Amino acid sequence: MPDIAVSQTSVVQCFHCGEDCDEKIIVAHEKKFCCEGCKMVFEILNKTGMCDYYTISDNPGTNQRIKIREDKFAFLDDQKIQNALLSFTNDSETHVNFYLPQMHCSSCLWLLENLHRLNEHVIGSKVNFERKEADIVFDHRKVSMREVAELLTSIGYEPYISFKDLKQQRPSLNMSKIYKLGVAGFCFANIMLFSFPEYLGIDSQELFLQGTFRYMNVILSLPVFFYSSSEFYISAWKSLRHRFLNIDAPIFLAVVVAFGRSLFEVFSGTGAGYFDSMTGIVFFMLIGRVLQDKTYQQLSFERDYTAYFPIAVTRIKNDQSESVALPDIVLDDTLLIHHQELIPADGILTRGKALIDYSFVTGESVPVEKEMGEIVYAGGKQIGSNIELLVIKEVAQSYLTKLWNRSEFQRDKNDDERSFVHLLSRYFTWILFAIALSAAIYWWVIDPTKIGHVVTSVLIVACPCSLLLSNTYTNGNILRRLGRNQFYLRNAQTIEDIANINYIVFDKTGTLTTGRYQDINYEGEILSDSIKRKIAVLASHSTHPMSKAITIWAKQSDSKNLQVVDFNEIPGKGIEGTVEGEHLKLGSAFFVNKTEQGGVLDSAVFVSVNGTVLGRFSFRNHYRAQVPKIMKRLRKLGYPISILSGDNAGEKEYLENLLGKDTPILFHQRPEDKLEAIKMIQASGKKVMMVGDGLNDAGALKQADVGIAITENTATFTPASDVILEASMLPRFHQFLHLCKANKVLVWTAFIVSILYNIVGESFAVSGHLSPMVAAILMPASSLTILLISFGASNLLSWKMGLK
Amino acid sequence: MSVIIILLLASISVAALFLVAFLWSVKTGQYDDEMSPPMRMLLDSVPAKESTDPAKVESL
Repeated sequence: MPDIAVSQTSVVQCFHCGEDCDEKIIVAHEKKFCCEGCKMVFEILNKTGMCDYYTISDNPGTNQRIKIREDKFAFLDDQKIQNALLSFTNDSETHVNFYLPQMHCSSCLWLLENLHRLNEHVIGSKVNFERKEADIVFDHRKVSMREVAELLTSIGYEPYISFKDLKQQRPSLNMSKIYKLGVAGFCFANIMLFSFPEYLGIDSQELFLQGTFRYMNVILSLPVFFYSSSEFYISAWKSLRHRFLNIDAPIFLAVVVAFGRSLFEVFSGTGAGYFDSMTGIVFFMLIGRVLQDKTYQQLSFERDYTAYFPIAVTRIKNDQSESVALPDIVLDDTLLIHHQELIPADGILTRGKALIDYSFVTGESVPVEKEMGEIVYAGGKQIGSNIELLVIKEVAQSYLTKLWNRSEFQRDKNDDERSFVHLLSRYFTWILFAIALSAAIYWWVIDPTKIGHVVTSVLIVACPCSLLLSNTYTNGNILRRLGRNQFYLRNAQTIEDIANINYIVFDKTGTLTTGRYQDINYEGEILSDSIKRKIAVLASHSTHPMSKAITIWAKQSDSKNLQVVDFNEIPGKGIEGTVEGEHLKLGSAFFVNKTEQGGVLDSAVFVSVNGTVLGRFSFRNHYRAQVPKIMKRLRKLGYPISILSGDNAGEKEYLENLLGKDTPILFHQRPEDKLEAIKMIQASGKKVMMVGDGLNDAGALKQADVGIAITENTATFTPASDVILEASMLPRFHQFLHLCKANKVLVWTAFIVSILYNIVGESFAVSGHLSPMVAAILMPASSLTILLISFGASNLLSWKMGLK
Repeated sequence: MSVIIILLLASISVAALFLVAFLWSVKTGQYDDEMSPPMRMLLDSVPAKESTDPAKVESL
């Protein structure tokens, strides 16, 4: 097509946001901008001499094409909401923490920390880049919180304030493991140093020095025994109370035995004890735990609907509009919902024409039109003009939010007790006891005085710490590898859960499809260019998304200015109008006087000219490019696949072609239906993975053994899940599954190697020759080997797959 | 011989000093955000007005 070639030559990047200026270019101050919004941000910064913003990184801004409503932050004038948001206040300054999802580069950081130059009453601001948050200190006597929020919005960083902020503060990071690790590292290193005379032998004249070193070791081991190891005691105690023996129980035993025997040796003057081995193993195990517990601060795996809902909406009372916080909405309130605003509670439409986008909450791909008097459910986004609602159910009781009151949402998966490592450690412990017992019997016959020595040696050397090390190091490394590829796991247990999956369920809207555009297909008589042009002009008069799609499809390069007369839009039916003397109709079959039903597709638009039907447009959601390939690969790997969609059955045929006739594909699934469907599959003994994106999948994601939330951008809302996956990485999905499966093999390999070390150590222990020096060599050697195996092998594997 | 004891005490107190420094750095939140400080140090900035550090107030 020649018209494309023309536009290709003149792609201009916006100076502010770096996006292509496709429609019209705005030139100001010798810079080019894609929209008024971008230009305005530039002007604000230019006026205060803050154009450094643009020199730190290229095109640092975010697109400002979507205008933000002027009184959007009016709710911040409400004292109650203010009190919920602020973190500190006294009589001269207030501290508030805003989540700014647009933050992405060093320019953002610079600008946000220089807010005081834009408004002198802002005292200071500090950015936490990982969490995309800014702590802002301002003088509340001179500038209000609303003005601060509006200032941020005016420079392109709109604070994201949700209903959730009203309820609780974010929990602070738990750093206790790091403290424990620091203490253990300090004690371990010094004990190693003081143990050198023991390893190398000490002159008989300097026995005093030997004693000093030993007592120093006793002192240094105390913080490790009582503080650093408490991690393992607590976990062992917790699991014992649930009548479960986890891996920390035998480790607890080994640490206590090693400590007790070492104390005995030192105080009785018979030896130096095993303080070096004991503290070393605690130190290495803590490193493993810290690596494995790596969290993604910028992500939240626990979000419920409250993070998606706004903090306040506009209520109309006695013809006056006022902001009202969500929990304060009561029955029979009248709410005013603006363009692009979320409907917070179920209600009856009392004014205006509603066009509601439910794609995120129900999975319906096409916005729903509602007439006055109809019920509008919470969760949808209004598109178009303002509407008014009469509330018939409070926020917590509405159709959507009821889902979170179900029992499935109350219980938590018990993450600690599912791992195969615990089972393995139990066998290991029994074998260990058997060895200790037989060694005891043997030495009882030969030399009863050595029993205590041998038995304790056996228990010290062969504690399952190598298993714990191989598990935590491999898990930690795989977690980081996957995270680098935008596949973020909630915790290490999830790796194992993914490996055990044998059934995959996909949501359709937003997961397999993208919401950005729709594919359009025309069937019927061939349309001439002049007819197409007329259709485009007619359709451009309507804001309905289908009309917009038709406009783009039918648009001609040489669009003349055609006039539409007698334009008429009947909501839910269609549009009609006269263009150059010809009467055109676009709409449902009934609307264009077509009696015979052409197909069951809900989303079909017929076109008629002067009463004769020419053909119909059908719409299909735009599937992500890689979907057929992914499905093929997953089926090849032997995973049965199902699809649960909240949408209509319009695309059944297409999906069947894609997945084969035997794939269960269910349509019209409400959130509860999805949850029940997952339960049904689980009842047949399958381990189910659910891949979804919206609030409507929240129940299914929670119920499934592994819930994966897909998102276009990790800064936006995702429902509670075990994994967050960036949509662009979906083509690599099968590789992620593969890597998780390999995890188990790696842990096993490292474990078997450590068993070999154990056999060597045991032979020393059983024969009664375990000297501190042998223990001190074996222990770091085995830890190091495990480290090399787990890091080396998992890195090699992901490198082979071409993962980052 | 006593010189070894002195050395021993000296070495352990230096090590303890580093331990305390490490614990202090964790406590004051220096590991909370590992991304912004490296960026911040490369930016030339006009010093802000004297203010209470938000991080400090929170930990009070």
